[in-house]
Amino acid sequence: MSAVLAANVGFPLLPVLVLLPAFGALAVALIPSTRADLARTIALITTIMTAALGIYLLWNFETADGTFQNLSEQSWISSLGISWLAGVDGISLWLIVLTVLLFPITIFAVIPEHSPKPYYAWLLILQTGCLGVFVALDLFMFFVFFEIVLVPMYFLIANWGHGNRHYAAMKFFIYTMLGSALMLVGMLSLVWLHAKAPGNELTFDIRELAASDAVGTNAARWIFLSFAVAFAVKVPIFPLHTWLPDAHTEAPTAGSVILAGVMLKLGTYGFLRFGLYLFPEASHYFAPVFLTLGVIGIIYGAIVATMQKDLKRLVAYSSVAHLGFIVLGTFSLNSEGITGGILQMVNHGVSTGALFLLVGWIYERRHTREIAKLGGLQKVAPIMAAMFTVVMLSSIGLPGLNGFVGEYLILVGAFVAHRWWAVAAAVGVILASLYLLWAYQRVFHGPIDEENAETKDLNIREIAIMVPFIAAIVFMGVYPKPVIDRMEPAVDALVLHIQDNVEGFDEPVNEGRKGGGWAEVQAINEAAHADDEHADDEHAEDDE
Amino acid sequence: MILLLQDSGSFAFPNVDWGGLSPLLVMAGVPLVFLTVWSLTSHIAPRRTPSVVAVLAGIGTIVAAAIQWGRVSGDDVPGFSTVASAYSVDGFSMLLTMLIAAAVTLTALFAHDYLEREDINSAEFFVLLMLSASGGIVMAGANDLIVLFLGLEVLSIAVYILAASHMRRAESQEAGIKYFILGAFASAFLLYGIALMYGATGSTNLVHISEWSAKLSQDGDTGLLYGGMALLLVGLGFKVAAVPFHSWTPDVYHGAPSPTVSFMASAVKVAGFAGLLRVFNLTLGADALADDWAPMIFVLAVLSMIYGTVVGVVQDNVKRMLAYSSISHAGFILVGAEAASDDGMTAALYYLAAYTFIAIGSFAVISVASPKGDDAHSLADYKGLASRKPALALAFTILLLAQAGVPFTTGFLGKFFVIGASIQSENYLLAIVAMLAAVVGAFLYLRIVLAMYSTGDEADAAVTGTEPIPWTAALTIGITVAFTVFFGVFADLLVDLVGDAVPQLVRETAAG
Repeated sequence: MSAVLAANVGFPLLPVLVLLPAFGALAVALIPSTRADLARTIALITTIMTAALGIYLLWNFETADGTFQNLSEQSWISSLGISWLAGVDGISLWLIVLTVLLFPITIFAVIPEHSPKPYYAWLLILQTGCLGVFVALDLFMFFVFFEIVLVPMYFLIANWGHGNRHYAAMKFFIYTMLGSALMLVGMLSLVWLHAKAPGNELTFDIRELAASDAVGTNAARWIFLSFAVAFAVKVPIFPLHTWLPDAHTEAPTAGSVILAGVMLKLGTYGFLRFGLYLFPEASHYFAPVFLTLGVIGIIYGAIVATMQKDLKRLVAYSSVAHLGFIVLGTFSLNSEGITGGILQMVNHGVSTGALFLLVGWIYERRHTREIAKLGGLQKVAPIMAAMFTVVMLSSIGLPGLNGFVGEYLILVGAFVAHRWWAVAAAVGVILASLYLLWAYQRVFHGPIDEENAETKDLNIREIAIMVPFIAAIVFMGVYPKPVIDRMEPAVDALVLHIQDNVEGFDEPVNEGRKGGGWAEVQAINEAAHADDEHADDEHAEDDE
Repeated sequence: MILLLQDSGSFAFPNVDWGGLSPLLVMAGVPLVFLTVWSLTSHIAPRRTPSVVAVLAGIGTIVAAAIQWGRVSGDDVPGFSTVASAYSVDGFSMLLTMLIAAAVTLTALFAHDYLEREDINSAEFFVLLMLSASGGIVMAGANDLIVLFLGLEVLSIAVYILAASHMRRAESQEAGIKYFILGAFASAFLLYGIALMYGATGSTNLVHISEWSAKLSQDGDTGLLYGGMALLLVGLGFKVAAVPFHSWTPDVYHGAPSPTVSFMASAVKVAGFAGLLRVFNLTLGADALADDWAPMIFVLAVLSMIYGTVVGVVQDNVKRMLAYSSISHAGFILVGAEAASDDGMTAALYYLAAYTFIAIGSFAVISVASPKGDDAHSLADYKGLASRKPALALAFTILLLAQAGVPFTTGFLGKFFVIGASIQSENYLLAIVAMLAAVVGAFLYLRIVLAMYSTGDEADAAVTGTEPIPWTAALTIGITVAFTVFFGVFADLLVDLVGDAVPQLVRETAAG
């Protein structure tokens, strides 16, 4: 009903959603420096309004529709067929929701140490950039938003970061720009090869480009590689990940949360929307390479994380491992794998975002992140310990919490498609519990020294911030159906598109039971949830 | 020789379309009249008068050029040449005239307060600025190699003096001498190239050369023509500062007063490219010939982009960094020229339009950043600028990011178009080299940005941005930043304008 209404009124939902934070940034920039305290208020109001629009988008989303919804189009550079073309489908929907929710929470949670005005302005521009990437259906539009996010993040790291921030910011910028430099060449090649074929016009519309068969197999493979390098840097996929630990560690807390929660997804989302969708044959051809790199990332990230002395760096390396899972699911090229991958993108955003917030609060209290200097915090900060436990277990992938659903679907998908890669990846699950539990043990258990004894527990505001994270973790672990239901039509359409375009390729499914993994998840969940609740209760008792 | 004498015997005054020449007449006439008037009134008129006159002359030229462009953009008069086919009036020449005039307007706007600060203010600076620009306008419309040379000399001789106009700085004198001697050599090369072209084709008129080259058969004697093309490229390559004819650039940009550098990086480059595009892409644009000169431009483009960025990165003086960056920008524009297509030419023109404003804005920032003396330009001097002058630092950041090719700026679109043109000509290697150079270039610009936003003892001790910014410079910087961002977002406006700037090679018609 309200969807019809919106369509009739012609309210440009997506343009407003994307541009609202940018106008907020402008407003923040224009307030006089004597009233710098207004910056936070404006930033909060803008992001909350954006979040409301995002929820409205979710509310009106046609669950069973696998095509692009809420389309809006506006010519931009008419001589080249470039337009503002935005739309949402089940793949981008949840990433948009994640983005609009994570920003207000982050802004509420973290107060910058100095110069609030530019800080909030950059954060808002960053949100516009991220949302722009997720809604773009025009290659040019996608590219400009993909690139523009570098600028605010660069300034957030360089001006509000810690330690070696200038080095980290520069490395982040140059590394990611190097990746996308080649993508621009690939993108233009794709567009012009498409336009050269008879009957085709110059267009950057990815729907037309995906339907086109003007680009030869060989050219498509090269162009796919130029895109893949850009996304691989952004994800990051081993061995292009070296910017990540520096950027995550030196970034201010808000930067880390957004970087891990949203910005890494630009790469994995890029693989789905602009890799698999535009180059199905090339994706299939190169899938073994990316599966292997994904598995290496899982194992490597986990091992390196285990050895870290800095808590934040540990969480950063855990991202390398988690993103490896997402890559594994994506390149399984079947519904389970891809659904699991998208789900895991959201899960990683929630749980790693929460982890970075918690680590940030520990740093605020103790002014160190070195694991060796922390210890026994549970005795003085039981609530923080409890929150950390839940988030950590979600990150490990404990059944009943969100991480499990995603990882399980990914492993099912990968197992059907490429058995041994899935077996190797499963080792990563074990390693994840090793590094996280060990870190937890060292930070929160054991004897407590004088310095740590002064640590204050979470205050009301911080607890209030963590509640939505915990709620999302439990909800998506127990009842992911509403989330998955909205993804599935789009994912199925994508898989079908790959099947249609790759000769002799059938979606690898588990004995013809399409989407069968999901029923198993439900069964396991129901069984596990009883235990989980029990465990939570026990934990609460511990805390007291 | 006999031919020439015979011609002079029957000399007839050529048909002149005064309307078509009006932009040139404004830009050349105002300084000549003003110099006379000023010599009589300088003791009573306000000191700012020369600057105001130059700004108005620039605006007047823009208006005149816009009117002429309106005349030739319709279907009735598709562009024409006048004064015995010596000067073209078409979208191409009018767009570049407007760019050169804009460079005069913006440079003159902030130059007055700079010259006052440095105690070197005089009317000559502005008169030379306008005269030099009139040379550039002649080059923009030159339809004959001799006219091209004439324009180049008028342009250059004035700039030699402008470069040396900071009388108390040894570096400025050095810059003037260096630019003069090397520039004289470059002019000689150009002239020799013209002579060889005349020898090969029997004419210096671009229309004749174009018609001759269209009829050129594969086995014809083209040795002289190749020699002429190569020498022309040397002469024009020097003006646009393309590697390997760039060696003057860092020293001259470093030594010359900042407003002069602003003019050199914008108007002189525009004029140089006007000649280069008209001679190579238009006159010698036949496919058979393009296959011969495109590889030369390919080499110049690759060398300029790589050398400009790589050597620029390791500099520690901001003015020198921007000098090297201007070399690399010349390389990017050459990428558009190398495509040897209409889209390539449009891309190059767009890049020129974008870079003109970015360069003027950047050097306007530089002119006000340093205190008196104009030599506090090392990276260390720029530390902490953001805490002393946040708005200035933000504007400089935007201009630098635009040069790096960050989206939502004209700088990004310029790179996008030249690379698109290169790919359209299936020149993937050049496109990849260009993008890699752009990444190295980003490092160069971010070094300056990081310095501005750094904090600490060194930053507190730095001297840049300690003096108040004159409103004229603030206005210049504001206009250039607004131009860069506005047309970066609302791209269609400028893209369509440049797309209309179709160059034409036509014999004199009875137009007007």
